Amino acid sequence: MKRTVITVVGKDSVGIIARVCTYLAENQVNILDISQTIVDGFFNMMMIVDTSRCKVDFGVLADEMERIGEEMSCIIKAQREDIFDNMHRI
Amino acid sequence: MINIYEVLETNEMIEKENLDVRTITLGISLLSCIDSDLERLKEKIYDRITDVARDLVTVGQEIEREYGIPIVNKRISVTPIALVGGAACHTAEDFVELAKTLDRAAKEVGVNFIGGYSALVSKGMTHSDELLIQSIPQALAETDFVCSSVNLGSTKTGLNMDGVRMMGDIILETARLTGDRDSIGCAKLVVFCNAPDDNPFMAGAFHGVSEANEIINVGVSGPGVMRKALESQHGTDFGTLCETIKKTAFKITRVGQLVAREASQRLNIPFGIIDLSLAPTPAIGDSIADIFEEMGLERAGAPGTTAALALLNDQVKKGGVMASSYVGGLSGAFIPVSEDQGMIRAVESGALTLEKLEAMTCVCSVGLDMIAIPGDTKASTISGIIADEMAIGMVNQKTTAVRLIPVIGKSVGDTVEFGGLLGYAPVMPVNSFDNRDFINRGGRIPAPIHSFKN
Repeated sequence: MKRTVITVVGKDSVGIIARVCTYLAENQVNILDISQTIVDGFFNMMMIVDTSRCKVDFGVLADEMERIGEEMSCIIKAQREDIFDNMHRI
Repeated sequence: MINIYEVLETNEMIEKENLDVRTITLGISLLSCIDSDLERLKEKIYDRITDVARDLVTVGQEIEREYGIPIVNKRISVTPIALVGGAACHTAEDFVELAKTLDRAAKEVGVNFIGGYSALVSKGMTHSDELLIQSIPQALAETDFVCSSVNLGSTKTGLNMDGVRMMGDIILETARLTGDRDSIGCAKLVVFCNAPDDNPFMAGAFHGVSEANEIINVGVSGPGVMRKALESQHGTDFGTLCETIKKTAFKITRVGQLVAREASQRLNIPFGIIDLSLAPTPAIGDSIADIFEEMGLERAGAPGTTAALALLNDQVKKGGVMASSYVGGLSGAFIPVSEDQGMIRAVESGALTLEKLEAMTCVCSVGLDMIAIPGDTKASTISGIIADEMAIGMVNQKTTAVRLIPVIGKSVGDTVEFGGLLGYAPVMPVNSFDNRDFINRGGRIPAPIHSFKN
């Protein structure tokens, strides 16, 4: 399974998660876990998703997430999970 | 499973604290290119580099995209050219032709530096080494991306003082030939004692003869992350301070290890080493001097700085070694002046002198780095500074280096702008008492007694 972490950081507004989830569903990306928190007044959301059956290349997925972020005035990033695993797990 | 706070911590390091992978350096052996015909040698070198490195930049960009971590530089290091060109080059100008070939190949594959225009003369100098050294000023003036290094000594061999004397003149001549560009040629030229074969950082990277055909070496960075981690440690004791540095170094290095593994797999080239260096940049906060300030020193250079650097260097190694099975290169904290805002501030406020920097090089990972000095400095003075620095390396069994920039037309109080990652620097005063009778003796300084371990 190829796992990817999608993070959303910004001001909370209606429909951000819906937009992201719709795009992921359309491209066969399965959501494994969602968590969220507020840090310094900013809305932080993290999704762990399975991209092994994703219909588009990783680069396209990441670009599209960035674009949705711009439209919704927040920052959305898609990164492979390994970078977090490597840094925080021995 | 990874949690949201860990994800936020990593991304904060990248976005706010300048965490990056400083360089993926692809080492390429050019020994198979050796030919007695100069034209054929040039062709073989160009073909070999452009063939092996053709995907380096694209793969680097792919990894950046997928992991969201900037990889600032993609670079190439090659076998020391004095060895490769020996059979074909009969004049210094012939060697310049090879420098231009390297430059052309670097531009073709899109890397931002190519290192290995080098000679290893720690004990003696072949005719070929001598020609290459003589060609350095012209080679650096007529190319954009070529970096040059000369190894002048080692703990095992002692110091080649003929080489030390020669490099004083060569550095000055390099400064003169690039005098119209603030003597930038000297920023691409470094002299070493105990030069490592697998250093991925410029200007001193070369692909040593002990290395395989091709190898991927990765240099990590992250002074900004370290500074941030120490922000929460005001007033704690040294044990706690060291523990924080170690943990942070571990995290930084693990990212480098991941990038190295990915690059190695995707390029189908074996992974060599991680160089776990804290390499500052001119960006605000990405500074080694700021770490000293965070530790409790008013400015870099204040009494206590050498101790602060010693513990920083050691803890970075201790944390980093755990994060990667293969660690090498220079590994430690770099203390370049022009590339570090906090160091510049320390020089400008009078807290940091050349002599204090020299003391700091006894415990840092490299040496006197990116220091602008007056353009009218005598060659023998430069050789003297080199000799002192090489002696520190030789006796302490560590790598030391000198990258001085005598800026033509500028004197103490002036500022010189190198641009980009090289930053800017105030011109620092040097001790100009005469040393010619010492430097002109010629010959070698013998290896120290503790080098005889057989």
